[in-house]
Amino acid sequence: MINKSKSSNLDFLNGDEAVAYGAKLCRPHVIPVYPITPQTIVVERISEFVANKLMDCEYIHVESEHSAMCAAMGASLVGARAFTATSSQGLAYMHEMLHYVSGSRFPIVMMNANRTLAAPWNIFGDQRDSLAQRDTGWIQVYVENGQEALDMIIQAYAIAEDDRVYTPVMVNIDGFVNTHTYELVDIPQQNDVDEFLPPFKSKNAIDFNHPRSFCMTASTEWNMEFRYQQQQAMDNAKKVIEEVDKKFGDKFGRYYGGLVEEYRCADAEVILVGMGSIIGTSRIVVDKMRDMGLKVGLVKLRFYRPFPVEYFKGLSNRVKAMGIIDRDISFGYEGAVASDIKSALASSGFCSKVINFIAGIAGRDITKEYIEEMYNKLFGLTQGHDEKELQFIGLRW
Amino acid sequence: MVKVKNLTDKEYLYGHKACPGCGLGTIGRLALKILGERTIVALPASCMSTVTTQYPQMNYSVPSLTMAFAGTGAVLTGMSAGLKAQGVTDVHVLGLAGDGGTADIGLQALSGAVERGDDFIYICYDNEAYMNTGVQRSSLTPIGANTTNSPSGTASYGEKKPKKNLFEIMIAHRIPYAATASSAYPYDFMNKMEKTKSLRGPKFIHIMCPCPTGWGFASDLTVEIGKLAVETGMWYLAEYENGKVKMNVIPKTLKPVEEYLIKQRRFRHLNEDTIKLIREHRDSEWRIIRERWVLSNC
Ligand SMILES: Cc1ncc(C[n+]2csc(CCOP(=O)(O)OP(=O)(O)O)c2C)c(N)n1
Ligand code: SF4
Ligand SMILES: [Mg+2]
Repeated sequence: MINKSKSSNLDFLNGDEAVAYGAKLCRPHVIPVYPITPQTIVVERISEFVANKLMDCEYIHVESEHSAMCAAMGASLVGARAFTATSSQGLAYMHEMLHYVSGSRFPIVMMNANRTLAAPWNIFGDQRDSLAQRDTGWIQVYVENGQEALDMIIQAYAIAEDDRVYTPVMVNIDGFVNTHTYELVDIPQQNDVDEFLPPFKSKNAIDFNHPRSFCMTASTEWNMEFRYQQQQAMDNAKKVIEEVDKKFGDKFGRYYGGLVEEYRCADAEVILVGMGSIIGTSRIVVDKMRDMGLKVGLVKLRFYRPFPVEYFKGLSNRVKAMGIIDRDISFGYEGAVASDIKSALASSGFCSKVINFIAGIAGRDITKEYIEEMYNKLFGLTQGHDEKELQFIGLRW
Repeated sequence: MVKVKNLTDKEYLYGHKACPGCGLGTIGRLALKILGERTIVALPASCMSTVTTQYPQMNYSVPSLTMAFAGTGAVLTGMSAGLKAQGVTDVHVLGLAGDGGTADIGLQALSGAVERGDDFIYICYDNEAYMNTGVQRSSLTPIGANTTNSPSGTASYGEKKPKKNLFEIMIAHRIPYAATASSAYPYDFMNKMEKTKSLRGPKFIHIMCPCPTGWGFASDLTVEIGKLAVETGMWYLAEYENGKVKMNVIPKTLKPVEEYLIKQRRFRHLNEDTIKLIREHRDSEWRIIRERWVLSNC
């Protein structure tokens, strides 16, 4: 349902609805989208907006996610702002197109409702779907709640469309825990968003006066140079992300910290690193343990790509032990987030003080108790206890 | 009617790297001469994209996008929607896709785009196999053809199944305009292209594109082979418009299929039995054509 005419900007929305409002505020020209649980509410709300003239855009009923991304790319080619949303199997199905879009530098924004992948079939949340897209060249951000989801859709366009970046952005929001949970969300005013995000004048679009071929074949002699430029764009994005966060905060009063956000880390002895909805629960545990006098801290990893490698390099001499929560595992090794952080820490020799916790697979709850257990294991490590490098939390046996 | 003296001297596709005698260059070149410079071309993986968009030697002087093999229909949808949303109404979006990119991997996207009624022109240039990857069969490869993955052998006469009827698949969508054509009949093709310019919604042209390399004939025989396909009834020129099919060429008597087959290496292995199979298939197709489209229109 669309709530009409309110005096306040606050509304009680679930995460999917927050995303739909975020998209609406960005005035995309074209939205090709295909439904999949738990993203479907985004599809439904946007189609309601369009059906009621609350949104003026070309809403396209594509016949697959692969086509959704193809159509978004076609729209971006002609200079239009494009938005789409998907999840899990749908994201996997568009995998090929993710490379096309980033490689030809189309600043498309997509919401992904994090859900596990079959088999075994399951519709609930973990981050296997998006983590598996690591090397597709998309910027990936993970949000903690509906408010951040809405805000990050807006910021995502500002980042993607920046001249120094021109790289697509995937906004990841945990399936069900966030997509279907209602919270009070502040919906920014349209005119404020218009000021923050002016109409899109793409530099990477067709121009009949200067016809160009896009997304063409680049032979061995040239291909590597295109890739190098993608890497440069990702490096540039680190700075742009911080700038956009500041600019957004100045305008709307909400700052998110850019690539990472620290929570009570200043004098922390042990810290946990995580992404997405788990952060909300962890904050509560940190507060409780702090009340007990335990020096615990929390790092919210917001951007998985570009990866804040400099930040993690600097972290090793500040804390005694670190836990990394992965809502996924790369079978045969460890969690993908843990691998990245450990490689940043490698030169510091700190890796022996790191535990990778695999948790929250396919929607399994990560309870406060589990998080407390993780912190206690980290304290154990600082006291010389033996702890396995890789641990499944909340396993039946 | 298109007149040669009125055709533009401008070339929108030139300098490409197709094999000598390939029908593909003619098709792209003539199509763009008709549509003009305010055209955007979408090209999926295929010979067409491979021989025209190798950085840094770009062969189109209109904007173009090289695309995923399966996505031509959808990318045309996106271009068309993006233009519409920005109030641009005088631009043609043109897809140039092979038989594999259209009838196999791209059929879903094409069907979706046609069903939605999006505004675009789609040309399927049909060289009857996956040429770009080295002549593997597609669902539009004719029965009996030798390809690299449907080879003839002691237990095989080559491609087992007759060619799928793409034209009728498009008709089943009640598309505003669909046609078959041949690179050997340039006027017919250009007139059909001309029609697509004024119609709104999806327009589809399935054009035969003889391929000297994959079919095995000398590079100076492209037009002759294209003509023989029509004269022997192995291909036909037709149009679907306003709910009706019109045959553009109705040969009084069909020439023997052997005249067409014998000139091509891909059919050289055939014996009397298998040629009979091809003849029977052609005859049954023509029975259907005559019953449905020729007699009913009289
Ligand atoms: C998803 C995907 N699968 C396979 C390929 C490999 N591939 C590239 S072109 C091609 C065949 C193209 O055949 P067709 O569409 O008939 O065009 P042609 O090359 O014959 O002109 C194939 C199989 C690809 N590029 N993408
Ligand atoms: S292989 Fe055939 S279709 Fe491809 S460029 Fe050569 S002649 Fe043309
Ligand atoms: Mg082919």
